[in-house]
Amino acid sequence: MIIPIVLPLTAGLLTFLFTRRTFVIALAAVLANLLAVCFLTYQLLVFGPMHCHVGGWKPPLGITLRTDGPALLMLLMSAVTGLAITLYARGYFCYRISDPRRTGRHQRQQRYFWPLWMLLLAGLNGLFLSNDIFNIYVTLELIGISAASLAALSGKPASQLASFRYLMVNLLGSLTYLLGIVFIYRSYGVLDLDLLRNLTAGGPGIRAALALMSVGLMLKTALFPLHFWLPPAHANALAPVSAILSALVVKGSFYLLFRFWFEIFPSIISTPALNFMGTLGALAILWGAIQSIRQQRLKLMVAYSTVSQLGYLFIAFPLVRVDGTEHLWSIVIFMALAHACAKSALFMAAGTIFLHLGHDRIKDLSGVRSRLPVTVFAYGIAGVSLMGLPPSGGFIGKWLMLTSSLASSQWWWALVVMTGSLLASIYVFRVMSRFFVIPEGFSFNKKDPISPLLEWPALILALISMFLGLAASWPLYILATGSTTLAWIMPGVLP
Amino acid sequence: MITTLLYSLAGLILFAMGLFTLIIHSHPLRKILAVNVMSTGVFLILVATAYRPLGQGEIDPVPHAMVLTGIVVSVSVTALALILACRIQETSNLDLSGRKKQSRPTKEAGA
Repeated sequence: MIIPIVLPLTAGLLTFLFTRRTFVIALAAVLANLLAVCFLTYQLLVFGPMHCHVGGWKPPLGITLRTDGPALLMLLMSAVTGLAITLYARGYFCYRISDPRRTGRHQRQQRYFWPLWMLLLAGLNGLFLSNDIFNIYVTLELIGISAASLAALSGKPASQLASFRYLMVNLLGSLTYLLGIVFIYRSYGVLDLDLLRNLTAGGPGIRAALALMSVGLMLKTALFPLHFWLPPAHANALAPVSAILSALVVKGSFYLLFRFWFEIFPSIISTPALNFMGTLGALAILWGAIQSIRQQRLKLMVAYSTVSQLGYLFIAFPLVRVDGTEHLWSIVIFMALAHACAKSALFMAAGTIFLHLGHDRIKDLSGVRSRLPVTVFAYGIAGVSLMGLPPSGGFIGKWLMLTSSLASSQWWWALVVMTGSLLASIYVFRVMSRFFVIPEGFSFNKKDPISPLLEWPALILALISMFLGLAASWPLYILATGSTTLAWIMPGVLP
Repeated sequence: MITTLLYSLAGLILFAMGLFTLIIHSHPLRKILAVNVMSTGVFLILVATAYRPLGQGEIDPVPHAMVLTGIVVSVSVTALALILACRIQETSNLDLSGRKKQSRPTKEAGA
């Protein structure tokens, strides 16, 4: 079970030590990680949720890792997206290095990209697997440090400023989270999630702890109105980095937030708090989409669309009143999986277009379709998934959301979800329509052939997010196998 | 008990002071220092949590381990933030707070 953490960590160190063949090491690590996660999924399906005491130390003192349905689906998401991003990054850096101008700088970027990306993957896998709130803090910091360094990698002054702000926000978020941990430790004296789950007693201390941890994690997840740092940091980074940050990093903290609210402390969550989160989510959807429509640059547009899509994850919060946690997990997991695939595909497509044209101003994107047909196709498919048209994964998520909001007679959330989809279609089509305009005097000569590594990973991810809807029963099956929420809540089941 | 409470309150006040500075000041060095003050506040509360009066059992070792880990994290993060701040100062024509630079930067400003 520790393989998904140790493997990328080792690969990160190796890629840092060796200057050559770094891509081969990274690719091997990502492939092996995917295999290990698949094996863990198989184990989960056969044996059910498992616990692993690292170093043989039992919970009150040692750190526990555990697998269950949601954790494994998130692991699978990061493994698959990570594989595609690794391939794309290879193509991206090869293309940049083949450019005669400033070769040294691009080589340096590639040199530091691989170790940082491997560290980030190790941190993410650790976060999904850990069962100990302090260990989660360490993985959060690991993710924050490597993500901020990755965001600064492009070397432009704007990206460095954005990355500094990103680092500060991350620090603020993790310190607030740490203060929450201190409160919990003072109240209960335990750090293990399973032990905390069995202690149902509320009280002001634990409420304060949950509030602090939630605010810290909301800051890291960029929930409206704490989203101010996200668009500059994501839009100014290199294309593979933007894909990583937008698809995976924000999901990590969201996953924690969800876990804390609905699995660890469900007894002290009140309805107004849930409605508050839902309202913030609704505002995020509308505000993000409106900002996205107003942007003049493609990458900024995609970054604001992330703000908007993250709002959907929070709208799921108030729907808990009628449905159990399992149903909620399925909504959230579907939205997260579909968004991870679609958004990384979008950022990859935007990056390829940027490389090809040298800019990403939306009004000058005419004629891209005839030069980069595969990329434009990937953009379109990913856009369909963001809008939530059937049979995409986004459609399933939104459908589950609509039905449960109507079933619990909270129709206003359904209204927001539908408005958000409409606005999403506006910002996707606004760019799409530019792609198909052929300007006058346009010549069809192919300037430079684009490497297949730059085009195909995006398309494959987009297709995955599209057909996630058709294979909807698979993730739900994994989720149902792992989710023994009832058994967890019953005291005395665990040692 | 009163000792623990006093130390914890001091820690909370440090945290709040750091948070205030982090939000209202735009200079990066101040921000970095503010974050350090905040983390010191959290560590102070943690250390106070471990305290037991004489004769009432052993001192709790887990918060100490957490503080050590936290210090390591905070040192590395501070280093990264300082390097980023220096790099911004060197490469951009923008001031660290995002305004246009007036004059050549002095060395002390980035260090």
